[in-house]
Amino acid sequence: MKKREDHLKDTSYTLFLGCTVPVRALNYEIAARKVAGALDIRFHDIPDFSCCGYPIKSISHHAYLLMAARNLALAEAKGHSVCTLCSSCGGSLAEANHELQEDKNLRQRINEDLYGWLGLRYEGEVQVLHFARILHRKIGAEKIGGKIRADLSSLRVAPHYGCHYTKPSAIHGRAEDPEDPKSLDELIRATGAQSLSYEDKLSCCGGGVLAFDEQVALGMAQKKLEHIHARQADAIVLICPFCNVMYESNQKKIEKVFQKEYKLPVLFYPQLLGLALGFEPDELGLKMNRIRTTDLMKKIVRRPA
Amino acid sequence: MIYSKELDSNFKLLIAKEPGGENIKRCFSCGTCTAGCPVREVTDRYNPRKIIRMALLGMKKEVLSSQFIWLCSSCYTCYERCPQDVRIPELMNAIKNIAVREGYMPPAMKVQIELLSSHGRLLEVTEFENDKRKESGLPLFQGRTEDVKRILKELGFYHEEERGPS
Ligand code: SF4
Ligand code: SF4
Ligand code: SF4
Ligand code: SF4
Repeated sequence: MKKREDHLKDTSYTLFLGCTVPVRALNYEIAARKVAGALDIRFHDIPDFSCCGYPIKSISHHAYLLMAARNLALAEAKGHSVCTLCSSCGGSLAEANHELQEDKNLRQRINEDLYGWLGLRYEGEVQVLHFARILHRKIGAEKIGGKIRADLSSLRVAPHYGCHYTKPSAIHGRAEDPEDPKSLDELIRATGAQSLSYEDKLSCCGGGVLAFDEQVALGMAQKKLEHIHARQADAIVLICPFCNVMYESNQKKIEKVFQKEYKLPVLFYPQLLGLALGFEPDELGLKMNRIRTTDLMKKIVRRPA
Repeated sequence: MIYSKELDSNFKLLIAKEPGGENIKRCFSCGTCTAGCPVREVTDRYNPRKIIRMALLGMKKEVLSSQFIWLCSSCYTCYERCPQDVRIPELMNAIKNIAVREGYMPPAMKVQIELLSSHGRLLEVTEFENDKRKESGLPLFQGRTEDVKRILKELGFYHEEERGPS
């Protein structure tokens, strides 16, 4: 088993897909794997991963830690850090990880059940990182900038950070200021596209309340769509399949409920990056994006190879 | 009108013993959480400062049986800003954990437990998904995992149906 520090140099990760990506955001996964390949990031898969445990947190903290620890134990046996595409998976795995790493007694108690019921044990050696964090920190805007094969400079896109990518900051090693994050803006600019500022840029999509009160959740998402619409953005760019459920899957419903028209394309960051790296839209799963991206595609100038 | 006989002064102690609820007594009701809460912005039915107030006052039944404790979106905005480190979303989870134990489980949660027990995930990966994955050159997914069911069963959240295995 490698020491925690060694993970810094490694560019091999175990990909944690969670529940939402494989069913509702295949395009995100396809694009993420494509750009990872182009940037020499290696993904390993564990087909036996389950839900991270996030939904169970409100029922039982113990059950949540067990589910998270089960996934972390599987990753630990494989020996790489965990990369998540979903911000919520990333947040909940990182949070459980933080608790289990800091509190030896807690880890022992969790391991008792984990071993007794499932024959697994977690020693606290895994690191959990979001794919965007890996791109920003380990690859870096400069290296990305050096590989750009298309001109995206006339694209104006609105970044949506979401919540669990930066907060709570303590469990993410205070990677950046949650009140003024910059990583996604920098990643967008690295592709050549313009990153827009807009009102309430950091506000939550409402995904966390969708199952309990749809009207409230849609209202929260609508506010952001309105603010981005006001800036005449070509697209919203995000890094979480659940944010995507709110802004893309539910956009039509929001338009209907609030009597508005947005038709705002939604791109996962790896799709934007993939276009800049010169991949074909089909290679990035763009066919699966529900809101048409044809207009924004016209603004991209491909450079001859 | 609040009658004191309906109040349970031990409620805050109960919460403080629950993981995530430890800092409830530190709240001095400044309202920073409510002021920046994105849920509060769209509905008056949710007000974190007030929920904490009610809990501190001992309004156990009102709080545990309420729907509003389930409205926190866990965005952690207030978590970062609270001057007293009350860790509100975790505190809400502590309250929800107690509510579930006392029999106030919302239907949406029952559905989620059911899904997690049968698929190990919130969304089922069927042959249809795996076919799409194959077409797109992605590694195949395991349809389900029994481990999650085992955890939920051992902890008493999932009960096998009477009918037995089909
Ligand atoms: S955060 Fe959501 S999508 Fe991710 S694994 Fe957990 S429940 Fe599933
Ligand atoms: S914006 Fe919504 S889905 Fe995205 S991380 Fe926040 S709560 Fe989760
Ligand atoms: S911000 Fe903290 S101290 Fe202020 S009311 Fe909210 S929980 Fe209490
Ligand atoms: S974490 Fe919950 S209470 Fe705090 S600001 Fe977000 S939605 Fe409101």
